[in-house]
Amino acid sequence: MSKFKKKKGGELPPVNTASLPDIVFMLLFFFMVATVLRKNDLKVLNQLPPADQVEKLDKQRTVFVYIGKPGPGYKGKSKEAIIQIGDRIVDVSEVKSAVLQEVSTKLNEGYQSSSIIALKIDENAEAGLVYDVKQELREANLPKIIFITTPSSAVE
Amino acid sequence: MAKRSAPEINAGSMADIAFLLLIFFLVTTTIDKDKGLVRQLPPPLDEEVVPPIIKEKNLFIVLVNANNDLLVENEPMELKDLRQAAIDFLDNGGIPSGQEGYCDFCQGSRSPSSSDNPDKAIISMSSARKTNYTTYIAVQNELGAAYNELRDRESERLYGWKYTEVKAAIDAGTYTGNEVKTKEKLKEVKTLIPFKLSEAEPKSN
Repeated sequence: MSKFKKKKGGELPPVNTASLPDIVFMLLFFFMVATVLRKNDLKVLNQLPPADQVEKLDKQRTVFVYIGKPGPGYKGKSKEAIIQIGDRIVDVSEVKSAVLQEVSTKLNEGYQSSSIIALKIDENAEAGLVYDVKQELREANLPKIIFITTPSSAVE
Repeated sequence: MAKRSAPEINAGSMADIAFLLLIFFLVTTTIDKDKGLVRQLPPPLDEEVVPPIIKEKNLFIVLVNANNDLLVENEPMELKDLRQAAIDFLDNGGIPSGQEGYCDFCQGSRSPSSSDNPDKAIISMSSARKTNYTTYIAVQNELGAAYNELRDRESERLYGWKYTEVKAAIDAGTYTGNEVKTKEKLKEVKTLIPFKLSEAEPKSN
């Protein structure tokens, strides 16, 4: 009865791997889209201090201000802490105009009136400079600020 | 000339190349999750407005010097004790029962020499210009923690949930329930214990 003869022994058919590249490509595209290559090169050292009473940040209405000692990307002469807004290094007296400019160019119009200024300040900065920047923001009528920190307990 | 057929390209290594790229992007991706301390700056200075007179007992003065030492109400203090000291001050409720401004939910010592009620109580922080930013943030964090702990306590007493947890859930968009009503309740807790933290100009030494 050759009709019912099994073709060969009980070999498993090989798994079709032809769609594997497609799956991998899908993942690849996801990560390519999710990756944000840093828009503004940091020119200052930026190790953030710890705190635990933190709230989340709404990115869409945020303008970042970086303060810290000059980092490797900085070309100027200053040895003291400097302020970076966008990709510019600014003086304390220019903070107001630079932040207002960032707010009007980088944020969507709907968010401009409720903008938040995120201060990314290096842990070795001095409180005096921070106060000066805050005073500038106060005059610029941008009262909502957030000190970005690293999440861990502040009391060791 | 004999017609040559184009050789087939072996696509077997395509997956490997894609994997390499995938791993590269996996490693370089940092899904940013910035978190921090939210503060509200006071409006620009108006010279015509006369500052209100605040009783000394309603002020909790925190000073930080250039060596990052704390002076709280004229007493040196460790950072770890600051939170409890601030809670004791805010929660004091010094106005006696029956008089206007009596704090019916305060659990503090009700000392007449400390704050009247959480609404009147103001924490004033001032640092030296040379104070380290880490210390500055740590002090801000502890003072914020004092307010958060009191708000948690009151929201738990009134509604049975923690203020900070519910607020975080609403901010993250993961809150299940009536958001509008809950926001009202958050506001009520906020008016019970308003965040009154003022900052004075840093001293130069």
